[in-house]
Amino acid sequence: MVAKQLSVFIENRQGRLHEVLDVLKLNKINILSLSLADTTEYGLLRLIVNDPEKGKDKLTFAGFSTMTTDVLVIKIDHKAGSLQGLLENLSDRGINIEYMYGLSVDGEDAFVVLKTSDLEEALQTLKKIGVTTLSTEDLKDIK
Amino acid sequence: MIWNKEIECMSRDELSALQSERLVKTVKHVYDNVAFYRKKMDAIGLLPGDIKGVEDITKLPFTTKDDLRDNYPFGLFAVPHSEIVRVHASSGTTGKATVVGYTEKDIDIWSECVARCLTMAGVTKDDIIQVAYGYGLFTGGLGAHYGAEKVKAMVVPMSTGNSKKLTTMMVDFGATAIACTPSYLLYLSEVLEQEGLKDKIKLKAAICGAEPWTEKMRKDIESRLNINAFDIYGLSEVMGPGVACDCIYHNGLHVCEDHFLPEILNSDTLKTQKQGELGELVFTTITIQGLPLIRYRTKDLTNIDYSTCECGRTSARLGRFKGRVDDMLIIRGVNIFPSQVEAALVNVKEVSPHYMMIVDRVNNLDTLEIQVELKTEYLTDEIKGIEKLTAKIGQVINQALGISAKIKIVEPNSLKRSEGKAVHVIDNRKIF
Repeated sequence: MVAKQLSVFIENRQGRLHEVLDVLKLNKINILSLSLADTTEYGLLRLIVNDPEKGKDKLTFAGFSTMTTDVLVIKIDHKAGSLQGLLENLSDRGINIEYMYGLSVDGEDAFVVLKTSDLEEALQTLKKIGVTTLSTEDLKDIK
Repeated sequence: MIWNKEIECMSRDELSALQSERLVKTVKHVYDNVAFYRKKMDAIGLLPGDIKGVEDITKLPFTTKDDLRDNYPFGLFAVPHSEIVRVHASSGTTGKATVVGYTEKDIDIWSECVARCLTMAGVTKDDIIQVAYGYGLFTGGLGAHYGAEKVKAMVVPMSTGNSKKLTTMMVDFGATAIACTPSYLLYLSEVLEQEGLKDKIKLKAAICGAEPWTEKMRKDIESRLNINAFDIYGLSEVMGPGVACDCIYHNGLHVCEDHFLPEILNSDTLKTQKQGELGELVFTTITIQGLPLIRYRTKDLTNIDYSTCECGRTSARLGRFKGRVDDMLIIRGVNIFPSQVEAALVNVKEVSPHYMMIVDRVNNLDTLEIQVELKTEYLTDEIKGIEKLTAKIGQVINQALGISAKIKIVEPNSLKRSEGKAVHVIDNRKIF
């Protein structure tokens, strides 16, 4: 299963990030995790939210350039080495990580968000080694 | 020093008679050999015989850069191809180049004109001159080169692109003169300063052109390098550099009037301006054989002074250039029209046709940034995707303009829309 990530292109202008967050707040869209890839000219804001489609519509309406991307949200044990072990399995099969960020919640579990070079291959690999991935639906229950 | 005293100091009456004789010949030459001119003259019922002297020039129709483009590549040449010994080309308004052809005699005239300019700048056969204009289709390099050879100076054909080699040779060779764009010379002065070479150079004169510059910039160059800096003017359609140059009195640019007949017109009414009034500079070539131009609208704004200069030359002098009638930009010596950017971007499906050009001068070098709007459907969630697109647009622009530009991708609909005439350029250079 895959989750939808919301990506927003933002120019490096004062207040632009704030405006994105404003739109999300006004529409009661909850952010579960985010990562900002920045360059000197612009940034790519990647968000895991409880309702990505609504987020995309509202941000587009507000004039932002947005898109959704399928990503893997993986639950891993909150202990040393668990992420390393997971990535080793992907790496062994020639799957590259395009980017990755954490999604941490209270409790014993931790989550990582992964974008890989080959989504299907990554999903099968994870299935084989018994790792479950979460869908956007599943994420709605995460508090 | 005066290269051709007989011509350059000729009385205005004698000059006028010479110009009249040459104009009459030129009009007949183009009527007989260029269909474009014949049609234009026929359309207004004008016969070559109606032009009896310079006083009749206003009867002739105008020629524009668009006419050159429409007759690309050789449509306006007035001699068979076999008579053309060289061509140069400059950028046109829509990507199509403007091509100029020269006969052997045209090249001689050009060399003569540049020789006059170099002599005004004090360059003689005893000098070593570095020509640091681009060699190639651009008229600057070869134009200056042939003129410098004509005065029998030792010519070092540097071309552009290697400042380190240039400064090294300037010192090692003991170069006494340089021909390059003024902004590049300012940049070079900084390089020389940084490398501690400023006291080791023997430079005494610089002949700068190919882009507009201010009197302040000229004086700045003079004091930084302790040299005399001269302003040379020309445009690729009308021969190239050497059409006019200023003398040591820096009181306007002496036009080689026995070859190029200048007019200053009100750019709205196209009527002749009073002496000294600002207007559009229009040239008629009166000796050129390959690509003679009748009343060619340069789109450059200036004024003219017909009084005799302190240097003794009687030739008319053009004042400092005050801008352009059209939206052409000169960036690093290269003519750029915003429409070229527009034409290039149409082929890039990922961006909208809206764009903004931001021109600036950083450390005395022109910079160009082009902002383009990314279409949302081509958004990517990876930085490398956007970087790839930036590089691709950079290549397309470089191909179209002949200079590199920094591409900045901006959000959709973020560039200012205009209800009237679209504003596509912000020029922060203050060059006029």
